[in-house]
Amino acid sequence: MSEEKEAKKPAAPKTPRAAQAAGRARPVPPRGRAAGKPKEEKPLPPSPKQPVVDGYAKLIREKISPEAVESAFINQPNDHLPTLVIKKEFWIQVAELFKNQSDLAFDYMQNYSGVDYETHLEVVVQLYSMARGERVCFKIKTDREVAKLPTLSNLWSAADWNEREIYDLLGIDFEGHPDMRRMFLPEDWVGHPLRKDYVPLDEGV
Amino acid sequence: MLRTEEMVLNLGPQHPSMHGVLRLVVKIDGEIIREIEPVVGYLHRGTEKLAEDLNYTQIIPYTDRLDYLSSMTNNYVVCHATETLMGLEIPEKAEYLRVIVMEMNRVASHLLWLGTFLLDVGALTPFLYCFRDREQILSMFNELCGARLTYNYMRVGGVKWDAPAGWLDKVKNFADYMINEIQNYHELISGNEIFLQRTKGIGVITKEMALSYSLSGANIRCTGIDWDLRKKQPYSVYDRFDFKVPLGKTGDLLDKYHCRMDEMVEAMKIVKQAVEGFPEGGATMGKVPRVLRVPEGEVYVGVESPRGELGCHIVSKGKDKPWRIKFRRPSFYNLQVAKELLVGQNIANLVAILGSIDIVLGEVDG
Repeated sequence: MSEEKEAKKPAAPKTPRAAQAAGRARPVPPRGRAAGKPKEEKPLPPSPKQPVVDGYAKLIREKISPEAVESAFINQPNDHLPTLVIKKEFWIQVAELFKNQSDLAFDYMQNYSGVDYETHLEVVVQLYSMARGERVCFKIKTDREVAKLPTLSNLWSAADWNEREIYDLLGIDFEGHPDMRRMFLPEDWVGHPLRKDYVPLDEGV
Repeated sequence: MLRTEEMVLNLGPQHPSMHGVLRLVVKIDGEIIREIEPVVGYLHRGTEKLAEDLNYTQIIPYTDRLDYLSSMTNNYVVCHATETLMGLEIPEKAEYLRVIVMEMNRVASHLLWLGTFLLDVGALTPFLYCFRDREQILSMFNELCGARLTYNYMRVGGVKWDAPAGWLDKVKNFADYMINEIQNYHELISGNEIFLQRTKGIGVITKEMALSYSLSGANIRCTGIDWDLRKKQPYSVYDRFDFKVPLGKTGDLLDKYHCRMDEMVEAMKIVKQAVEGFPEGGATMGKVPRVLRVPEGEVYVGVESPRGELGCHIVSKGKDKPWRIKFRRPSFYNLQVAKELLVGQNIANLVAILGSIDIVLGEVDG
């Protein structure tokens, strides 16, 4: 019953579709964006946050290592979020710098998640500075076979359970973590479900 | 001198004061908690894994089941993240409806918290009043979208249903009624001697703890840190409304209680303003392609749910399904602090402190 309604709904309102067609006649870009195809066609205007991310990258290169920053860019759709890809050997130093240096002071961890890209694993950390009202995003890649990263639980206590969750679901081992166990799944679970090549093991089914 | 021995006490997962299926392994010495180990995962359904095989629209009903006490904010966060990545324009009417239902849901959630928290500290009566009032909100939601808890109301690009005739008047009347009713709650509860003894100076969260554990919602605001995403990173049409963010001073249970009580009043004020400024005409759905293909990219958005910062992190590879979707679940972050708060406390304070954090296990376990 409800499914039927659901299916009928998109066709029902004639006016928005007509409006859409009219809108399409004039500027093409909206449709192109929705289809997600041409991205490189129109160069985006430079972000107002570009100097910020350049400053961060410069600081890391000067203070830690010239090779520490893999890339630094602005994630424009996401409210111009400064994003830095950091090499994992330098990650813990970068994290310490961004937490402790008083003019950066990223004291609040907004989000900590992991992604499996099939070629590599990646953790994504969004930090916030309460004093400055600034956000920053760090991405750190790690190998799929030997997935190891330093723990952040000494810097932000919130990282503790998050790293256990990432370990549980993606199989990234956080070195130095005080209690590296599975968070949700039973201890004898086989595999890490959020990996793209995960095959459920159903014994006795 | 009586010789005491440390004893391991297992609380939950099936225990009425555990707010769902939380299990606590507590080591006690007499009545003092020496060690505590929360065990979670009994309600882990793998929402994030399931969502990788679903269209963006199909994910929405799954989010209803994360934090089942505030499904509207959960609906919103996944829609908001998708819309941000797609750069969609949302009709004004849809935004107003969203704000109204989210704020009403906040009140419904806080009412349930209030009732159960007072049960935790030993007061039975307020529970009945809270449920009576919450029921009115649920009935209104039922009228709007046909469900009392799992609403599945929002869509990428707008909302599914327009408000039925006369619904907005009901909402406005309820807002007036509720603002008045909260005064009655204060009379019933706030001055109660036993309640004050159970909450004042108990379970104090410091500012440092709140920041380090990334607490959010009333758990961080009770310490005096002004952190409300509706103000700090405004989304939807919240910038059009006039409301205050209630803050505490000491970070104890009493401050948390007052923060949530005041939040309910502020939420009702937002609802009233939204009903007054409600756009007359217009669509409830924006221009959305029939098959939602989200452009390649990555987005993280956070919204202020009743429990704190509810976030959604989407990695898209340009398909109609997300490559990876991650929910930043405030209860999961907030529960971590329990370990630090509870050690050294009397066992009687355990349920009170745990209740004050306001966790929903569907959300903790994801």
